[in-house]
Amino acid sequence: MIRVENVSKNFNKTHALKNVSLEVNKGDIISLIGPSGSGKSTLLRCIHGLEHVDTGKIYMDDEWMNPDDEKKFRAQRNRMGFVFQHFNLFPNMSVLQNCKLAQVEVLNKTDEEAEKTALEYLEKVGLLEKKDAYPNNLSGGQKQRVAIARALCMNPDIMLFDEPTSALDPEMIKEVLEVMKDLGKQGMTMVVVTHEMGFARKVGTRVVFLDQGEIVEENTSEKFFENPQSERAKDFLSKVFYE
Amino acid sequence: MFVAIDQVFTLENILYLAKGALLSVAIAALSLLIGLVLGILGASGRRSKHKVPRAIAFVYVTIIRGTPLLLQILIIFSVIPSIYTAFTGNVLRINPIVIGMIALSINSGAYQTELLRSGINGVDKGQWEACETLGLSSWKTMKLVILPQAFKRVVPPLISEFITLIKDSSLISCIGAAELLKGAQVIGAEYYDVMSPYMLAAIFYLIMTCIVSCIGNKVEKRLAVSD
Repeated sequence: MIRVENVSKNFNKTHALKNVSLEVNKGDIISLIGPSGSGKSTLLRCIHGLEHVDTGKIYMDDEWMNPDDEKKFRAQRNRMGFVFQHFNLFPNMSVLQNCKLAQVEVLNKTDEEAEKTALEYLEKVGLLEKKDAYPNNLSGGQKQRVAIARALCMNPDIMLFDEPTSALDPEMIKEVLEVMKDLGKQGMTMVVVTHEMGFARKVGTRVVFLDQGEIVEENTSEKFFENPQSERAKDFLSKVFYE
Repeated sequence: MFVAIDQVFTLENILYLAKGALLSVAIAALSLLIGLVLGILGASGRRSKHKVPRAIAFVYVTIIRGTPLLLQILIIFSVIPSIYTAFTGNVLRINPIVIGMIALSINSGAYQTELLRSGINGVDKGQWEACETLGLSSWKTMKLVILPQAFKRVVPPLISEFITLIKDSSLISCIGAAELLKGAQVIGAEYYDVMSPYMLAAIFYLIMTCIVSCIGNKVEKRLAVSD
């Protein structure tokens, strides 16, 4: 579905990504893990096109995502949903308006259609009763669930999550992970930058371990956690607590 | 000092000054509006991807903010008619109020450019990214998401800009525009007592600015409710 080919990205003089290649197939739930500054978020942002790569190419269904081919690039990007660490909900709009805006403005749906879809996904994330609330009156976990619903309203084929639980209080992490787990069960393709090793292990199908801008190890979740191959992965796993 | 205070403080003179005061508010309000249009253009220019609009906006702001308003009024007062004469050979007589308003608008536009720019820049970068990932064009992002949030931030400084304009509109008395201060000077000349009409004018300015700032406080409170 997505193929990342020899991608490199520099910020000023730091090499955020060094010649990274990665394949995402339909139904995959890939966890991007690694120490901070390893380039996992940069990789995710490059996949969506929020950052432009310096060298290398990213393909969607074998078609190059060329940022210069604006119309096509836009259509390709619209097939991906993105969830941010800091939610980035629109504070001046209600939960429902947050979910409807892009449906009306980008997909040209009517107000009723957009509302129907929005309510459907808000129910899915368990926040139907909050539809008229404003983001600032929601808890972190609720905000993130709204953000997930908002992204799902655009009917994406693949969902990208950039540390979706890192900004949450501990007691709110679970409700967000549950939503993501359900999403995975329904067959959504997902790429998740996460520090939740429990999630990566139990929900994720594959793990990609990055360090210093390189993919050090890539394996099924089971094998990666039971038997990491590289020294760096072993070292990392010994340092993070996980079940 | 107040040698002719009893003669100056007549209903007729007070009404005469009140007329000037109304004119001052009207000039300030119109200049604020035209300045807002210039400010939106200027802020777009300063945020533009292209070099030319960015340079134009930068030069505009630098010149206007770096020179005295009084000088700008005098320059525009003499420049516009002489350009007209140079091109048509005729003598142009424009109402000094119009010239004064043009000068005030251009001046306010530069300040509003910076004010709007900082309001837009103050909106979290994540909002742009969220819109980008939802497929919204940058124009729609600006219109539907960024500007409504920026607007809230710029209302208080816009109100103080209005207060500044009410006071600065007194500067156009120097080119003969019959606003509040000019009215006070006229009365002063008539009674050989400038102090009394000046005090009266000061009271009028104070009343106007207090009303505006009071309205501003109410608007600010109302805006804070939805936070």
